[in-house]
Amino acid sequence: MDHSVTLITGTRKGIGLHLAEHYLARGHRVIGCSRQPADLRHDRYRHFEVDVADEAGVKNLFAAVRKDYGRLDNLINNAGIASMNHSLLTPVETVRRVMDTNLTGAFLFAREAAKLMQKGKYGRIVNFTTVAVALNLEGEAAYVASKAAVEALTRVMARELATFGITVNAVGPVPIETDLIRAVPKDKIANLVARQAIKRLGTLPDVANVVDFFLQPDSGFVSGQVIYLGGV
Amino acid sequence: MTDELVQMISAATRELATEQGIEVPQSLDANTRLFGEGGLLDSMALVSLVIAVEQALEDKYSVAVALADEKALSQRSSPYRSIGTLAAYAAQELAARKAG
Repeated sequence: MDHSVTLITGTRKGIGLHLAEHYLARGHRVIGCSRQPADLRHDRYRHFEVDVADEAGVKNLFAAVRKDYGRLDNLINNAGIASMNHSLLTPVETVRRVMDTNLTGAFLFAREAAKLMQKGKYGRIVNFTTVAVALNLEGEAAYVASKAAVEALTRVMARELATFGITVNAVGPVPIETDLIRAVPKDKIANLVARQAIKRLGTLPDVANVVDFFLQPDSGFVSGQVIYLGGV
Repeated sequence: MTDELVQMISAATRELATEQGIEVPQSLDANTRLFGEGGLLDSMALVSLVIAVEQALEDKYSVAVALADEKALSQRSSPYRSIGTLAAYAAQELAARKAG
């Protein structure tokens, strides 16, 4: 069994919940978080209620991780929110909220995780982007901009953290049956799928497979990369 | 307070030096140069030391103190110059956190 310590953000539902269960099944000690309480119960799972963009809350979470686990091997920066809005109809408050959760949240977790990882000269950080960045998808300007920023963060931090044995990569899923896309009209999703090389919705195991690859100890020479699903 | 911090930073420096194979003098004190001319650490080792000291402060005083924010980087004389200057800066930040 693999006893790695793996922190996953946004584990209450969707991809985050699936990844938490996936790595628990592999023997990892999993730390999860979300703004609200989670249903997941497991003797190797610990949940924190925290807003990923709240610096003090995030620092408290990491202080507890340092105290109770003494190390961190993997960070999966999954927490994210979307906003499906034409730019002309997007309130600035929405832009701030999307940026706070998707960019500031990913940044805070990566920064604090790297502080823990650097001591052991080993770490894996996986961020979440979206194929919508590569496709310049219309109707999601704020969301796409926030994820483009996450990709830039991925590449720069990959360089900054290489010396500490920490890799930083990103996975860009296509639409997957989760809450994030449930609110999106069916024809919008069909249009998006039509722009993929492989024309189907993604599945949770499709995402876990790419994350597995980034987390493998053998992937130590892979950093600063973005892998999109669906052949985008 | 500052004496206590000098000891804490000296211990963190010694631990880091052992981990990273950096040569340091037998005794470390407030005058030991950390960074810059005649300093023991390169920039990456300094990053590791600052993190270690921040964590040690958090463990001991239960407050999150940032020793590498814009304020620290814009000080007229660098807080990273010696163990003594870093201890003085940490003491100042600790006091500010407690007062705030």
